Amino acid sequence: MTGPAIRLGEGGATDAAPPEPSLAGAAAPAVGGIGDYIALMKPRVMALVVFTGLAGLVAAPVAMHPLAAAVAILCIAIGAGAAGAFNMAYDGDIDAVMKRTRRRPVPTGRIPASEAYAFAGVMSLASVLLMALAANYVAAGLLAFSIFFYCVIYTMWLKRSTPQNIVIGGAAGAFPPVIGWAAATGSVSLDALILFAIIFLWTPPHSWALALYKSGDYAAAGVPMMPVARGAGSTRFQILVYTGLYLAATAGPLATGLGGWIYAAAMVGGGALFALLAVRVYLSKAGETASAEDALYAVRAGDKSARDLFAYSIAHLALLFAALLAEHGAGAHVALPGLAG
Amino acid sequence: MNDEREPDTVRLTPEEEAARKRRNLAIALGLGAFIVLIFLVTMVRLTTSWNTGVTG
Repeated sequence: MTGPAIRLGEGGATDAAPPEPSLAGAAAPAVGGIGDYIALMKPRVMALVVFTGLAGLVAAPVAMHPLAAAVAILCIAIGAGAAGAFNMAYDGDIDAVMKRTRRRPVPTGRIPASEAYAFAGVMSLASVLLMALAANYVAAGLLAFSIFFYCVIYTMWLKRSTPQNIVIGGAAGAFPPVIGWAAATGSVSLDALILFAIIFLWTPPHSWALALYKSGDYAAAGVPMMPVARGAGSTRFQILVYTGLYLAATAGPLATGLGGWIYAAAMVGGGALFALLAVRVYLSKAGETASAEDALYAVRAGDKSARDLFAYSIAHLALLFAALLAEHGAGAHVALPGLAG
Repeated sequence: MNDEREPDTVRLTPEEEAARKRRNLAIALGLGAFIVLIFLVTMVRLTTSWNTGVTG
């Protein structure tokens, strides 16, 4: 599947799209630059993946050799980037239609879809092989499966066929802490599964908040995101429901003793604000007009609550995993009295 | 008949050639880094195995 070679001169940020040279009307270059290949790997998404993967690795009860640990994290980053590159190659046609994504390397023709596929394949293979060597086969197998899940189950199957696309597909993004944990221990424990559940249940309110204020984009591209398929009201209600489930899951690490006082403070304080923002979205009219501003955070007045929840959701997840990192990486873990651990 | 037609080839602009060179350099550096990483990780695993007395 190849994206049409279009050239658009308007401004607007995308998922880490490189600055657009002022070549409106000129032919697209045949060979993409280094920046295009970096953009192909979705560096913003990669950053959160690396962070959660690192937290899983550090929170695990077994210490890895520092170099092997660094290589394992690098493998998670490269694997995530490879999956992102495959996603951009496959979705070149719909990315060309959506304002937020139309300046990505594939729809603009700076990188042909065939090259993006090859790039994704080589990077996937390299990351899995290197993970097997640096860590173990369990971590390598999980990394391979997460790449497969994101590319085939989410990108090729679910994304264009069901409004539950990001609910099920969210599992792909939930794997990194489990992979990090497995890299250190060679197994998957209850704690690792709780970290998986946290990200899995975080994905719907996060993605649907974005979809609410970009619904015009998704509708134009024919992607059945929840606001397009079921309407804004239903999406706002489901955001509220999944927020409750997510916040309940964030208590899991306290029950097992994985999270200590710092995590508890982040969970309670950060969670309260998350709940408040989700209620604000529920009570708002966000998504009622099919808007689709160019930039990721650009929003119409009525959709502001959805944009706020989208932005804060990233900060909240990062805060929780930063708390785990601080507790287990800096030796600041003090379990809550009366709980396991 | 005129048999002196030019072969049907793609001619890159100087900008495209420069971009291709930069990409080739990046591939070479990436391959080099991959090889170095394989070597370092192998050394780490070997020394860990020796230190813990694991054989085979």
